[in-house]
Amino acid sequence: MSLQLVANVIVLAAIYALVSVGYVLIYRVSRVLNLAHGELMMIGAYFLVATSSLFSGNPIVAIALAALCGLAMGIVVYAVLMRWMTGEAVLAAVLITIALGILLRGLAVLVWTTQQFYPGATLGWHNPSVRIVPGVQISAASIAIVIVTAAVYLGLFVFLQFTRWGIRMRAAGQNPLLAEQRGIRLHGVYALAWGLSTFTASLAGMILALDSGVESTMATIGLKAFPAALVGGLDSLIGALIGALIVAAAEIAAIQYVNPLLSDVVPFLVLLVVLAIRPWGLFGSREQLDRV
Amino acid sequence: MVAPSPYARDLKLFGTRRARLRLAAAVVALGVLPFVASPFLLDLANQVLLACIGALALMLLTGFAGLISLGTAGLLAAGAYTVGALFREFGAPFWVTLPCAALLGALLGLIFGLPSMRLRGLYLAISTLGLHFVMVYLGGEYEARQSLSTGVMIDPPSIGSFSLTSGRAWYAVLLGFAALALLISVNLKRTRTGRAWRALRERDVVAGALGIDVQRFKLLAFVVSATMTAIAGALFAYFRNFVSIDAFSLYLTVQYVAMIIIGGMGSIPGALLGAAFVILFPYAIEALASYLPERFSNTVFALDYAAFGLVMILFLLLEPAGLVGLWRRLRNAVTARRAKTAS
Repeated sequence: MSLQLVANVIVLAAIYALVSVGYVLIYRVSRVLNLAHGELMMIGAYFLVATSSLFSGNPIVAIALAALCGLAMGIVVYAVLMRWMTGEAVLAAVLITIALGILLRGLAVLVWTTQQFYPGATLGWHNPSVRIVPGVQISAASIAIVIVTAAVYLGLFVFLQFTRWGIRMRAAGQNPLLAEQRGIRLHGVYALAWGLSTFTASLAGMILALDSGVESTMATIGLKAFPAALVGGLDSLIGALIGALIVAAAEIAAIQYVNPLLSDVVPFLVLLVVLAIRPWGLFGSREQLDRV
Repeated sequence: MVAPSPYARDLKLFGTRRARLRLAAAVVALGVLPFVASPFLLDLANQVLLACIGALALMLLTGFAGLISLGTAGLLAAGAYTVGALFREFGAPFWVTLPCAALLGALLGLIFGLPSMRLRGLYLAISTLGLHFVMVYLGGEYEARQSLSTGVMIDPPSIGSFSLTSGRAWYAVLLGFAALALLISVNLKRTRTGRAWRALRERDVVAGALGIDVQRFKLLAFVVSATMTAIAGALFAYFRNFVSIDAFSLYLTVQYVAMIIIGGMGSIPGALLGAAFVILFPYAIEALASYLPERFSNTVFALDYAAFGLVMILFLLLEPAGLVGLWRRLRNAVTARRAKTAS
């Protein structure tokens, strides 16, 4: 395997890892599977389209503002929609996220049409191709996504392990009833989990938009990143990282050596294999799984 | 005289005289429809009938047996591609392709059902989602191998010199298939199998303790449902004269799931109502869009998506029992009001 392939695997794994961490955050804290994650990521990318045309001379402001909108988006989704699903059947909550995804897809086209946008060009950034070692070239945005993914995982680890709100989130995930009895406001914790989830998804969407533009089909990446979260275990952060590496390696290998058409199906083949052998994922906790 | 068993009422196909009258009225209405409806309306009716078969199949699986599946589009694709491939490669007539589609459906039902031995709830839904992508890939691969960039064209089914092309003939055929699917669903629901499924839905551990062969009935639900869905897919291929993998997106699965939610989970009339609602919904939106500013009428499909998502959310939040629940609530309100004015 050439070095270029290794670089491609790492970049794709970083994308999947950055997207799938959002699935894990919400599932770990509230046991809800958010199938609108890809659409929320796409809306995050469109936020950058909006802010980049407002602050075209000031990329930092544009990106920071879009990221803030991404954070607020999750809190709003929770407050308006998901709050009412607490305590409902798991299926109803999943279905409502599917419905939300369809709604967002429609709204995105109504607001931004089906045209392709390049917020990078608006901000005056042209995404140069970088040679990291001789014979290996990747785009600057790809380097950015690897760095951001590393930073997000590190930040989340520190946040969940050491900060007050992080510990609250873990407590709510472990036992919501006891957590609430100890005075943790579950709605606040859940809203924060949704906010962080859409924040990280928006970061992924924004960097992908800087890399290759954004259009209404971007949401499918969110669904392809889902197997990564499940392979690692839906409630494990480190699992999402390793799951992303496995899925990305399998996908790149299949494209390179077997058939490019396999690109869309390989993540789900990996998922089926894992579901058959070890349904709770590589690092997931076993007792949480609804098993027969 | 033997006292009627507690099940006697459940076991009757048409319980009361009122139910029989209702059935007669429905039969008359459905019989008259093709002679009064315009070609456009007839086409709509045909689409609804076709969707009814798939919706009933999913209702058997999810509404009765409580097994969640996101594989409807994949199974429809399997049925449609059986017809497409057999017709293209061997020129096979419908009386070969339809049984083949049914057989393949049964086999796929077994495969889709295997994960249900180990998984349930969310994880089962995810495994069927994975199988959906495998089916779509296989269809796309077939198109790519045969270098069919646009899909497979299929001649209408024919017997002798008669070929099935007119809307009225299709109406008769689809009505027949939909009625058959309805009869199968009603029969399964009211007999032993249906009771076993209901027990499974409530709690499969308890069902097992009651002596129900859990694995067998789960697989049976998948096989029956998948067979019906594959046949619906085969009919879809003939109805459209055309198969293309683009038609079987995940959105199609979501539409079928929406049918059983909007109709009313666990109810047979719900499946029919939901199918009609979901099929007619985009046409209603299109009609509404012509009154909206041009900006919106240019992107009707997006408006349709947004409105559909919103309706689904509203049903899930406000009326989880669907249209059937809404009807029941309305009827109860009217009865209560009548009782109040009478007293």
